[in-house]
Amino acid sequence: MSTTTLETQTALNGALNIGAETRSSQPGILVTDYNNRQTVGKITVDHPKMICREVNVYYGAKQALKNVGLDIGINEVVAFIGPSGCGKSTFLRCLNRMNDTITGCRVTGQIKLDSDDIYDKSIDVVQLRARIGMVFQKPNPFPKSIYENVAYGPRIHGMVNTKAELDDLVRASLERAGLLKEVATRMEEPGTSLSGGQQQRLCIARAIAVNPEVILMDEPCSALDPIATAKIEELIDELRESYTIVIVTHSMQQAARVSQRTAYFHLGDLIEVGETDQVFTNPKHKLTEDYITGRFG
Amino acid sequence: MAMSQDAHTVKQFDVQLANLRSLVLEMGGLVEKQIENAIQALNDENLTAAREVIARDHVINGLQVKSDEDSVNLIALRQPLGSDLRMVMSLSNITTDLERIGDGAKKIARMTIQIYEGVGSPPSARLLRDIMPMSKLAIEMLHNSLDALARLNTEKALQVTKRDGDLDEEFQAALRRLMTYMMEDSRTIGHAINVIFAVKALERIGDHCKNIAEHIVYMVEGKNIRHRNIDTRRDVAAQDTLEK
Repeated sequence: MSTTTLETQTALNGALNIGAETRSSQPGILVTDYNNRQTVGKITVDHPKMICREVNVYYGAKQALKNVGLDIGINEVVAFIGPSGCGKSTFLRCLNRMNDTITGCRVTGQIKLDSDDIYDKSIDVVQLRARIGMVFQKPNPFPKSIYENVAYGPRIHGMVNTKAELDDLVRASLERAGLLKEVATRMEEPGTSLSGGQQQRLCIARAIAVNPEVILMDEPCSALDPIATAKIEELIDELRESYTIVIVTHSMQQAARVSQRTAYFHLGDLIEVGETDQVFTNPKHKLTEDYITGRFG
Repeated sequence: MAMSQDAHTVKQFDVQLANLRSLVLEMGGLVEKQIENAIQALNDENLTAAREVIARDHVINGLQVKSDEDSVNLIALRQPLGSDLRMVMSLSNITTDLERIGDGAKKIARMTIQIYEGVGSPPSARLLRDIMPMSKLAIEMLHNSLDALARLNTEKALQVTKRDGDLDEEFQAALRRLMTYMMEDSRTIGHAINVIFAVKALERIGDHCKNIAEHIVYMVEGKNIRHRNIDTRRDVAAQDTLEK
């Protein structure tokens, strides 16, 4: 086996003490191997926003995620796919420490946002979640007005000084989420009065109002109809220019449509990661192939 | 990742894919028969048999239309991915090549009618001497490419792509000889032109067989070997076959 040096990552990887990326005995296949665990494909990117190494998650005695290493690149959409219970949502929730709220959940390994270790004691989790926003499967607007839903974050984070500034920020966020036209005249109505798709875009507006760097989406369209889904997907594509997006989805078509890279999880292992078109036309690992072609028994 | 032989969770998906492949293989068998019959008709100077070849071409065209419909339905209803997607796309491409090969058989049959039906004297044996060895090579290539398709055998497919050069050389040699005859005796020009069309058709059949073989390699290995030279083909096809 010959060792390949990846210039951009070597220093970081050295600091993070991960195993080398090596070429497997078969020519042309890049396999990341550390602690005897192999992920097919290249887990590193040239311009990482987040770097995750040796991430293990335990729910009590049960290990839900095994030695996962993956980079999330700046301004890219990464999709996590895999069957239920494969650890994709668990991994997503590690990225902004949502797992902290689950009793009995233990996370080991290293996750960095830029150069900050997000599990470091000095990290303020509230601030962290402002930098790494999240959109959930079920739209969950606060039981407040549309305006208040979006204004809440900027206000508690002290991002604005005057009412006028807040108004501008709320309108800009709604505009970015593609919702402003539909709600411009009904800002004081409750957020829950909107349709499902509108509520989900309201949640996205709420997430981007605090100007995050990364947006995590956990099956954001699974409760929406195809038209509302298309609107969210179009929005994801637009948001990619300003944010880094990680999306968990059960719809492989959706992963194929919105993401640039796709990671396939199986029983807590990160099996394969690669360019989305490669993963969906010519996956390298049998488990990935079996999953995307619908061959799981 | 090479093609998975495991069954789909949705059984009907397997049935549809298997049906599509059978349809293409059926079409291949028919096309093979058409060329053999066209060459036999020429050899026997049998105009009735030649007309039958021409008449039967629409059956092949019909199979192409049917397989196109089935492919579109599969894509629309099943959204195939990975090796399934490669299979549907490759089979669709293969039917295009098969249909063209069928056209080649029709051209040879038409030539047979033209050279033997006319009022003039039939062509001398030496004008036709290139057709038999070329047709043998073309039929062999077609047979092997269909065999490779039935068995999903990329090694066999790669062998087919190598034979195409031989057929091209035969074609060039045939052209040179035919040109010589025409210069020697201008009365042969009429027949010689017909023979040129026939050997050209055979040369094209070789090209289509090579295409089919290349589609098979893509279908099975996910590697595109089209428009590459022979030496790098095997390397490309051998790459990326990690299985865990």
